[in-house]
Amino acid sequence: MTRDEIILAVKDIITTIAPDEDLDGLNNTDPLRDQIELDSMDFLDIVMELRKRYGVQVPEEEYGVLNTLDGCADYLLPKLEGQELKMVNA
Amino acid sequence: MDNRKKYYRGSTDGKAPFPRDPLAGAKDYYDLIVIGAGLAGMTAANVLARAGFSVLLTEQHYNYGGMATWFKRPGGHIFDVSLHGFPVGMKKTCRKYWSKELADRVIPLDSVKFKNPQFDIETSFDEVDFTRHLVETFGLTRKNVDEFFAHVRGMNFYDDSGETTGELFEHHFPGRNDVHRLLMEPISYANGSSLADPAISYGIVFSNFMSKGVYTYVGGTDHMIGLMKKELKQSGVELRNRVQVEKILVDSGRAYGIEAHGHKIEAGAVISNANLKSTILNLVGPDKFDAEYVKEVEAIRLNNSSTQVYMGIRDGEEVPFETDLLFTSTRERFDSPALCDMHGESRTFSFYYPSGRPEASNKRYTIVSSMNAHYADWADLTDEQYETEKAKLNEDTLVALENLVPGTRAKIDHVEAATPRTFKFYTQHQLGSSFGTKFEGLGYSMDLSKQIEGLYHAGSVGIIMSGWLGAANYGVITANKVDSFLRDLAELKA
Ligand SMILES: Cc1cc2nc3c(=O)[nH]c(=O)nc-3n(C[C@H](O)[C@H](O)[C@H](O)COP(=O)(O)OP(=O)(O)OC[C@H]3O[C@@H](n4cnc5c(N)ncnc54)[C@H](O)[C@@H]3O)c2cc1C
Repeated sequence: MTRDEIILAVKDIITTIAPDEDLDGLNNTDPLRDQIELDSMDFLDIVMELRKRYGVQVPEEEYGVLNTLDGCADYLLPKLEGQELKMVNA
Repeated sequence: MDNRKKYYRGSTDGKAPFPRDPLAGAKDYYDLIVIGAGLAGMTAANVLARAGFSVLLTEQHYNYGGMATWFKRPGGHIFDVSLHGFPVGMKKTCRKYWSKELADRVIPLDSVKFKNPQFDIETSFDEVDFTRHLVETFGLTRKNVDEFFAHVRGMNFYDDSGETTGELFEHHFPGRNDVHRLLMEPISYANGSSLADPAISYGIVFSNFMSKGVYTYVGGTDHMIGLMKKELKQSGVELRNRVQVEKILVDSGRAYGIEAHGHKIEAGAVISNANLKSTILNLVGPDKFDAEYVKEVEAIRLNNSSTQVYMGIRDGEEVPFETDLLFTSTRERFDSPALCDMHGESRTFSFYYPSGRPEASNKRYTIVSSMNAHYADWADLTDEQYETEKAKLNEDTLVALENLVPGTRAKIDHVEAATPRTFKFYTQHQLGSSFGTKFEGLGYSMDLSKQIEGLYHAGSVGIIMSGWLGAANYGVITANKVDSFLRDLAELKA
């Protein structure tokens, strides 16, 4: 997956978790929590979905890297190399 | 005689007799076995079944829900045990881990009142209204109040300063016993905490309530648990009630199943929703841990228990709307430990109106009074003393209610008490603990799998993770760890 695809993948996961949030205006640099209503339970759900869809393990100490979409892309890029984007809510 | 006994002729302990093997037809292996169908156990089971694992959910009682329970009595009465209220977060938790249908039934209470010798107020129990009262009724400055709220809102689990709740209040509102009462009493009822417990456990729970007030579930506990059961089945969970799990099977530091009713059933992972201390000390057994660890676990303090008085209004009678929740006391000043006194002067009344059970065929009102209590005060009473104490509890409660809402007593045709013994009997929590353990239990619960591979705990613990919302969310937190463990396990096998 490319960086852009990873961001799409994460947004698709957020759509599953927070179906009532509007994700169109999300930017990649500000903390997700400041842009939409996400709490620590939602981040846990993101981690679980990443594991389920792509088999990536994010250890608890590293949950902080998922704070921004850029952070997600940087962290996941090497881990998702060679994997196909899976869109559930497309 | 205890009322419930007449419902199960032939049983000696009030529980339905066991007609057959409750595990007949069970498989030899599941990815996951959950012991206990409280809100934590059920939520964990649902999340992990949805994630594709095979799940066996076992419960010793015939009802699912654990403390989230209800019971029926002759005369068309139906009583909710722990549906007094929870924070708004429960709506999102229902939506994400259960269903929209459940979430849509989570709605705010209309009114919360306090009545005691120090103040008499009605509030929506959120930050805006509490601020208004603290400034207008209690005469504090706006700045003082804002600083307090900013402080508690900013508290999180990772920066525990070691401060107690009493110190937190004294810091912001020195010498203001009345303010301490307003801030502490409701939270003491919600999770058994006191001024002596860590400020952070207070801050987290209080802020959860203050975000939007107190919420309830329309339809009653029976309706909610009914929908959850339906959902569990849809997710593929195998539900088995009347299963008393006797042992968690452990070999070389690895949990590999359970033993119950002569069956040994294996599993990739086990989640125990039973009391934390019972899980470690009874279900696994001290011989499976270091002696030092066992000592530490034995020292974990359990949280207090409860007493309740259930009052049913006669068919055809009405109770005009008073409030939903009434925190009341006749005690002149607030005294945190006294909330657990056996003959205490403080209690919370929950008023239930027909609108709370719109589906019910009969339009009934019920009132439930709750107090915090110590198991030790009730444990060693003789049968006769026990009946006398229950009768006194009933009478004191009826007198208190009549003083608060005159004319109500005459409309009541069913009165019944539950005590710490009752709670212990039904959920098997040590000392009838209503809210798990004190704060120090949390670390032991979270790190259980570091002691025994494949074994996890989910359930009220550490004050923070208790109540309906805390228990359900903790089920998800544990499910996330188990999901990770089981996926690694599957990869290893492949
Ligand atoms: C009187 C009272 C009032 C309350 N009011 C509120 C309220 O208004 N709002 C709120 O949010 N919370 C309230 N609570 C707290 C709330 O009900 C609990 O924190 C929550 O329901 C606990 O869920 P749990 O999953 O941790 O455990 P539990 O509900 O205790 O579930 C544990 C389950 O495990 C089963 N079990 C134990 N051992 C075994 C075994 N060996 N084999 C098989 N099964 C076993 C038990 O039978 C039980 O069903 C109240 C509690 C009490 C007692």
